[in-house]
Amino acid sequence: MQLPILSVLIFLPLVGIVPLLFLDQKNDKVLKGYTLALSLVEFLLSLRLWFGFNDAYGGMQFVERHHWLPQYGVSYYLGVDGFSLLLILLATLLTPICVLATWNDVQTRVKEFMICLLFMMSGMIGVFVSLDIFLFYVFWELQLIPMYLLIGVWGNPARRVYAAVKFFLYTMFGSLLMLVAILVLYFYNAKVTGTYTFDLLQLYGLNVPFHLQFWMFLAFAIAFAIKVPMFPFHTWLPDAHTEAPTVGSVILAAVLLKMGTYGFLRFNMPLFPEAAHYFVPLFCILAIIGIVYGALVSMVQPDLKRLIAFSSVSHLGFVMLGLFAFNMQGVQGGVIQMINHGLSTGALFLIVGCIYERRHTRLIADFGGLSTPMPVFATIFMIVALSSIGLPGLNGFVGEFLILLGSFQVNKLYAAISATGVIFAACYMLWMFQRVMFGKVTNEKNMHLKDLSWREIGYFAPLLLFIVWIGVYPNTFLKKTEATTAQFVAKMSKAKGEKLTLSHLVKGEAR
Amino acid sequence: MIITAPSFHLSSIGPWLTLTIAAIVILLVDAFSPKGRKGIFPALALVALAVAAWQTHCLWGKAGTDFSRMVYLDNFAFFFYMIILLGASLTVLLSPHYLEEFGKNLGEYYALLLFATTGMLLMAASAHFIMIFLGLEIMSIAVYVLAGLFREDPRSNEAALKYLVLGAFASGFLLFGMAMLYGASGGTLYLNELAAKLTSYVTLTRPLTLLALALIIVGFGFKVASVPFHMWTPDVYEGAPTNVTAFMAVGVKAAAFAAFARVMFEVFPAFTVQWNMILWVLAVATMTLGNVVAIAQTNIKRMLAYSSIAHAGYLMVALVAANQLGAVSLLYYLLAYTLMNIGAFGVVILVGRKKDSYLNIYDYAGLGFQYPGLAAIMALFMFALAGVPPTAGFVGKFYIFSAAVKSGYIWLAILGVMNSLVSVYYYLRITVLMYMRPAEADLGPIPFTKGVTFAVVLTAVGVLAIGIFPGFLYNLAVNSVKIFPGLTG
Repeated sequence: MQLPILSVLIFLPLVGIVPLLFLDQKNDKVLKGYTLALSLVEFLLSLRLWFGFNDAYGGMQFVERHHWLPQYGVSYYLGVDGFSLLLILLATLLTPICVLATWNDVQTRVKEFMICLLFMMSGMIGVFVSLDIFLFYVFWELQLIPMYLLIGVWGNPARRVYAAVKFFLYTMFGSLLMLVAILVLYFYNAKVTGTYTFDLLQLYGLNVPFHLQFWMFLAFAIAFAIKVPMFPFHTWLPDAHTEAPTVGSVILAAVLLKMGTYGFLRFNMPLFPEAAHYFVPLFCILAIIGIVYGALVSMVQPDLKRLIAFSSVSHLGFVMLGLFAFNMQGVQGGVIQMINHGLSTGALFLIVGCIYERRHTRLIADFGGLSTPMPVFATIFMIVALSSIGLPGLNGFVGEFLILLGSFQVNKLYAAISATGVIFAACYMLWMFQRVMFGKVTNEKNMHLKDLSWREIGYFAPLLLFIVWIGVYPNTFLKKTEATTAQFVAKMSKAKGEKLTLSHLVKGEAR
Repeated sequence: MIITAPSFHLSSIGPWLTLTIAAIVILLVDAFSPKGRKGIFPALALVALAVAAWQTHCLWGKAGTDFSRMVYLDNFAFFFYMIILLGASLTVLLSPHYLEEFGKNLGEYYALLLFATTGMLLMAASAHFIMIFLGLEIMSIAVYVLAGLFREDPRSNEAALKYLVLGAFASGFLLFGMAMLYGASGGTLYLNELAAKLTSYVTLTRPLTLLALALIIVGFGFKVASVPFHMWTPDVYEGAPTNVTAFMAVGVKAAAFAAFARVMFEVFPAFTVQWNMILWVLAVATMTLGNVVAIAQTNIKRMLAYSSIAHAGYLMVALVAANQLGAVSLLYYLLAYTLMNIGAFGVVILVGRKKDSYLNIYDYAGLGFQYPGLAAIMALFMFALAGVPPTAGFVGKFYIFSAAVKSGYIWLAILGVMNSLVSVYYYLRITVLMYMRPAEADLGPIPFTKGVTFAVVLTAVGVLAIGIFPGFLYNLAVNSVKIFPGLTG
């Protein structure tokens, strides 16, 4: 019998929580060591996906399917394609890194922290592998709880509760609207085909009339746009990022935000292709506003974490722009940019974590000239900052270039305006870097900061490796997404057809 | 004149008899036994409830009526029997130690509890309006007394009096509605005959029937704590002993909904448009008011009271849907709600201690790390009540809103989910306090007495189990609602 690898990936962390409960709370190194080992095992197991993945096949692989609530058409249905493969690996790669990053950072309630982290891990993987909408929804909601606790319990005492509750309510708002849309879709499918099912692949084949698509697309889109976050739904993000502990920010930025973009790719667009085409201008403009606005606001942030948080808004605007181009370059660029953002922004938050651990402040004004006492740190920071800007040879460039290429073919103006985002990125990143790292050490407390320890270098190493790898030879990764993207693009272009206008909506015509 | 006694089977009302006999036995034992043998009452009550549950199990699958068509034998009733018996048993588990603290661990408490439960069973199985009224009164009078159990406590007195006065008033409405129905139908109150009779002279009797419908909705609306008949709920829930509050919140509500659903589905199918419209408005008002006002509460019992109002609103959404799925979701949700709510009240009892001296929600601050197990369970109940997967609360809400969408009430579903969003705020606040605020003072030892702990753990496991594997109950519920042929889809 073949190993049900996806189930193993989902349930290993959950099962792993049980022994954790019986470990001694005071012995935090044991707790962390155990979690580290477990997450490494998880990572190694997830490599099986990478090596067993058939690049040439665009459909679902490693499929597992069991009845769950057959009367209702709910099944436990898992599978991986090119879109989810990379995101799963990103999640499993980052978790051990996060555990390492907490080594000295988290000192209180370590056991609970590790439980949250493991819980989070299974939630994340569950979201990315579910092919049943009901199952997806369960995981989607489930991963809210550990993140909420991470922010609320281990966050910055001053405003953590506010940030945690805001995060929870915002996401819940979107997902509840999505729930109604899911139900409408489900019953529409039952009415048309006579079968009750939440099976996503089966629902893909449904031809939904445009007036229904219109509303359902919006309901799904709000849920995912909040998660991405797209302008104007982004206001929870800076708060959540700023107040979360380092590791919380890393996971939030690197993986959780991707659930939004992934949701667009997996649910919104293929389920409602006509509506997706109809909404291209709206979403592209929102994405562009996000790109420019995020970058501009980043520039004036006094707080490092807030700066990075707003840069996320900008970067994810690029991802959305790429996805809504509906062509090979755009979509592949969007997918690779999700990974890039995960790596670079994750690394940036870790970097802020490093200096926060040393100085207990994140204000840019408190730093200056750090490159003198911390040369290794300065080097790593520089590489990561450049990768975030999109310097050729590093990963950010590949994603942004492909996205701009894709979007240029659709609308030259969009591409031109959003290209300014790259320039602004250079402004805020380099200016921040300059203020933090260069010049004289103005603050005495910064004079004798310790450089990175081997542990810290250890967790930056894999991130740097992939930053360079994707930058130099992106084909390794693009190859994995190619077949799935081709299939997706073909499906979307088939739906393009005739131009839809508002009158179709009013008349309720299909097309 | 020869009077022939109609034939009947005592086994049809086996559970009622068991509970009644047990209640009388408890009263007798209490009267004739020396003091200091109080421990036996909860055990007796539990045994009686278990026997009644077993009898229900044996009855399962039977169909028809008995006692001159006064009693229904159908799975719909039996499903409610199970919910009510479960709720009552869990209440018994919560009681002994808690009542001991107040010096009120008395025989009469358990006797009254069993009488109230009997009344609830009656309501669930009534085939005649008079039976519904009898059941309602047996239940209500026992509960009025239970609410005033702590007679030295002014709040408990207030609760009892308020409940009694308003409850009597509501019963009057219900009775008046029945009287009109009797007239409108040309002289029958059998539920299964009414529908046909009401439609046969519809032009003539329509106004009367509609008036009766409105009055009946008022009567039931009071018992299920629907807006605008909810005014009593917060005060009564706050003032009554916590275990009684738990019992009222689940048992009374389940029984009232059993009768409510049966009457609506069976007697008024021809007036579905009308009662749907009324209930639509009431459901939205109930959900919204319950949830919004709950945000402002600082007393945990009061908060749970308003939350129970909100849950009545969700349950009314299931009624409005008026399809098979809606009836199924009603059954499932009431069961889930019983587990979640009794569990939450169990935690309130555990944390309350020393004569309920810790009922403020701020007393939960810091609980998360002083009593991690207890706090985790409370968090589970809160998330379940808020409807977060994979708990029973989520599946229940999912069923309810799917039923609404299926009947085309998309706006109702949207208003419902937005209400759950509001509810998330105040349920989350408990978890915020438990995990994210330092304790204001040392919480001191919490006595984990056996009964309460067992009940809390059991409900927690139940909430997760039926949330993750809802299939079995779904089938049972589908099986139970087949008796309403008018409900399709």
